[in-house]
Amino acid sequence: MKVITANFVTCAVKECKTSPLSFPLHFHDAELELQELDFQPEFIRNVVPRIDWDSLRVTANELGFPSLPESKPEGEALGDEQTLKDLHRLLLETQVMEGKLSEGNKSTLTSRRSLLHFVLLYLVHILQAPSAEAPTKTPPMPSTTVYDA
Amino acid sequence: MSEPRDRRLAWLGSRHDRVGVASTMADQAEVYEEQNVHEVYQQIAGHFSATRYKPWPIVEQFLQGLPAGSVGLDVGCGNGKNLQVNRDVFIVASDRSENLAKIAVQHQPHTTVVADILHLPHRDASFDFAVCIAVVHHMSTPARRVQAIAEILRTLKRGFAAQPGGRTLIYAWALEQKNSRRGWDKGDSQDLMVPWVRRAKPGSGDQDQTYHRYYHLYESGELERDIEQAGGVVLESGYEKDNWWAIATPKTGP
Repeated sequence: MKVITANFVTCAVKECKTSPLSFPLHFHDAELELQELDFQPEFIRNVVPRIDWDSLRVTANELGFPSLPESKPEGEALGDEQTLKDLHRLLLETQVMEGKLSEGNKSTLTSRRSLLHFVLLYLVHILQAPSAEAPTKTPPMPSTTVYDA
Repeated sequence: MSEPRDRRLAWLGSRHDRVGVASTMADQAEVYEEQNVHEVYQQIAGHFSATRYKPWPIVEQFLQGLPAGSVGLDVGCGNGKNLQVNRDVFIVASDRSENLAKIAVQHQPHTTVVADILHLPHRDASFDFAVCIAVVHHMSTPARRVQAIAEILRTLKRGFAAQPGGRTLIYAWALEQKNSRRGWDKGDSQDLMVPWVRRAKPGSGDQDQTYHRYYHLYESGELERDIEQAGGVVLESGYEKDNWWAIATPKTGP
């Protein structure tokens, strides 16, 4: 998954979302890969104001990038091509290929398998929930009509 | 496309397979959808994707009308065909089918995750927009359809003063589609199992395979009612290509 994704996802479980510790999620043992993409300076300039900068700094740090500036680039700083290129590289071109994710208030939350490009967070909680034991026969669900081809 | 387009299919009166009585139990509904929606999309992902490539006009218009730099969601993105429309906004797309999400991930500069519409992995009130195209009609109880819409509304920015809130475009299959290939209309059953036929290659010796997906067909006015019940305000609504659609925003104030 792209690094920018971490700025817009949280654990899927409602009870977790109410905790301020649940964002951002934390990366562990991340394996990174650079995947080159077209550089769209306007895109970066427009999207950066929507980024939660403190969370991005946490994520970048966990992934082993040198510290980002303390405050988010604004105004003139966003006119600087090198700044935009650096952000493009970090946000869009850096992919977390493998690794684990955890929440601040929990010790374990991890992907079911390698992260690939996705966050499989929902699987962790929902499919492992005790109530999700599948009944052996088709559950009695809505009264449907089969439309035959 | 391998599905027959040339013949109008008729109801088979003898095949009114009653699956059982409706239940309000949420986990039964979840298991039901797992079997009759999610599993099917996992199976048909490749073929389904090959037949879905053109965004619908109102979806295209909605996405193209967004200010550059907007950040939003495509909930139930399928193969990601709507991610091709606007590269000036950033979309966090999601699908419950991992196989479809894997196909959608190619669309730059966006991102794709695997998620469930009833448990979206996003913070409250943080997105400018969301599209949810042909998804809520797969939820098998009225409560879950409303809950799905409420979950999308939860993620959208709240409006205040002169600042408008985030907006969502929602599409659901219409009951009223008498001129379509399927030919359903007012008065027909709204809860259906709809087949997806994967034709075998001629001469391969394989057999055609049919998968059934659960659908709830929306009747006129029903989508708007569900949105209001979910805590949304309908800004605009209409009918396009055998579907009802609506644009909505979260209600402001108490």
